[in-house]
Amino acid sequence: MNRRLFLQSTAAAAATPLIALEPAAERLDVNFATGPWPFRDLPQLDGDSLKQRGITQAITGSLEALLTRDIAAVNARLAAECAKSGGVLLPAGTLHPLLPAWREDLRRCRDEHAMKVIRLHPNYHGYTLADPLFADMLDAITDAGLVVQIVAQMEDQRTQHPLVQAAPVDLKPLHDLLKAHPKARVMVLNANAAMITTALRGCASLWLDCAMIEGVGGIENTLKAWPAEKLCFGTHAPFFYPESSLLKLVESELSRTLLTALTVDNARAFLGRV
Amino acid sequence: MRESDLLPRMHWLMNPKFRIWDLHCHLSGVPGLTPEERLGQLLRYADRVGIERLCVYMGMKWSQDPAPDDFRKQNDEVLRAIAKHPDRAFGFVTLNPKHVAESLAELERCVANGPMVGVKLWVAKRCDGPEIDPLIARAVELKAVIFQHTWFKTTANYPGESTPDDLVALAKRFPNVPIICGHTGGTWELGIRAIRDQKNLFADLAGSDPTAGITEMAVRELGTERVIYGSDCGGRSFASQLAKVHGAAITEAQKQQIFQGTLRSLMNPILKAKGIQA
Ligand SMILES: [Zn+2]
Repeated sequence: MNRRLFLQSTAAAAATPLIALEPAAERLDVNFATGPWPFRDLPQLDGDSLKQRGITQAITGSLEALLTRDIAAVNARLAAECAKSGGVLLPAGTLHPLLPAWREDLRRCRDEHAMKVIRLHPNYHGYTLADPLFADMLDAITDAGLVVQIVAQMEDQRTQHPLVQAAPVDLKPLHDLLKAHPKARVMVLNANAAMITTALRGCASLWLDCAMIEGVGGIENTLKAWPAEKLCFGTHAPFFYPESSLLKLVESELSRTLLTALTVDNARAFLGRV
Repeated sequence: MRESDLLPRMHWLMNPKFRIWDLHCHLSGVPGLTPEERLGQLLRYADRVGIERLCVYMGMKWSQDPAPDDFRKQNDEVLRAIAKHPDRAFGFVTLNPKHVAESLAELERCVANGPMVGVKLWVAKRCDGPEIDPLIARAVELKAVIFQHTWFKTTANYPGESTPDDLVALAKRFPNVPIICGHTGGTWELGIRAIRDQKNLFADLAGSDPTAGITEMAVRELGTERVIYGSDCGGRSFASQLAKVHGAAITEAQKQQIFQGTLRSLMNPILKAKGIQA
């Protein structure tokens, strides 16, 4: 097929996918981060970089939170960084339940930094979702009126630094935990298709993001078995190129209604916005 | 609709001025009862993200160490698929260096006497050993593009799975033959370094997470003319892999070179020999 015919034959198809990238008054990324990554100099993306890519707001964690013990300082730096973004970056502080006095960090996140979201890294902090400590923390966060993001994995195990390997979080306990803690609002970030179809099967109240959902037509495929109101647009930038998740919205055939659900409504519901 | 009508409506991520060929596509991980249906599905999504041509290899069901009957069947499936879409897909023949005579026969059947234009070597046997040499030598005579899967896995490679170091050993024995380093070793910061000084090795960007920096480092260390876009679909999305190029901090001309230019220059000899217009 020559170039002209290719363009003509795909023109009808190509016109439709582009609605995914049209300028939008609101497009929320639930999986953004700031701060240094210990093993690589990541691109310096900020609120403006996201706006240039059509993303209006991003729930933003700190990469420092993975390995830094003074997590109170990490959360304070994150809050300061996000405050400079003119409302684009919404800070998600991190709690480390094996550190002494983690409840004070929760208090500061809520009272001093006005954070709405807590982002957890069980596989970098050395606990499991089956530990009673996790259930305690979930209750404390919920009682404080905040919502929770659990990062299932940051990086493919096959490419991790040999001295700092972190297996993905075992998500199986979530099913029963969510039943036992019905008020908790929980989102899992960076779950892959295998986790979604096995460990997370039947977790009807759980939100997910699409950053690590792979496979051709990955979002379309996920939505065959996962509720459309529980999947959110998330980039895992700057660790990933943010264009990856943006293009996933183009690759899958999604109606305008679905696109709005993925990029706006579902994240708003998670955040408890009307 | 004319091409000029399309241009202003295209988003920056979907700029139709890019011509995109995908080096690395499979008939697995995509629905469809037949190879033709599966390639049709891949093309449906390829159309949505602006990919013009797919290089397809390996069948509907894989085996790490396929016996001759098995790789012949997989190649039959690719032949069926590309016969249905000859204007959109190129076929690469899957070989197994543990079965040299049968692999040479497959080269004759699928490339010398068939429509395929490349060779795919996977994980049956590491590529540093001499068994593979007759396959490479014959592929060179046929001007076939040569692709070897590689990984540097922190979690340990399969027994027969090559690393980029293994591929360098092979490439030293064929210093004038271009060979593609599949996945750039997956752990790309190691893979790029491993192949840097072996100038006849080319980097396939496919099949790893879209970690920011891969393309910039490959361009910096290898030069754009040694870097090739590929997806590893259906197991991977086109989106995550295209993002490695669309999202990289490089020039538009460099993106075009990676999206099509480098692969095209490797394929030109065999396309010309076979009279394939593309
Ligand atoms: Zn592959």
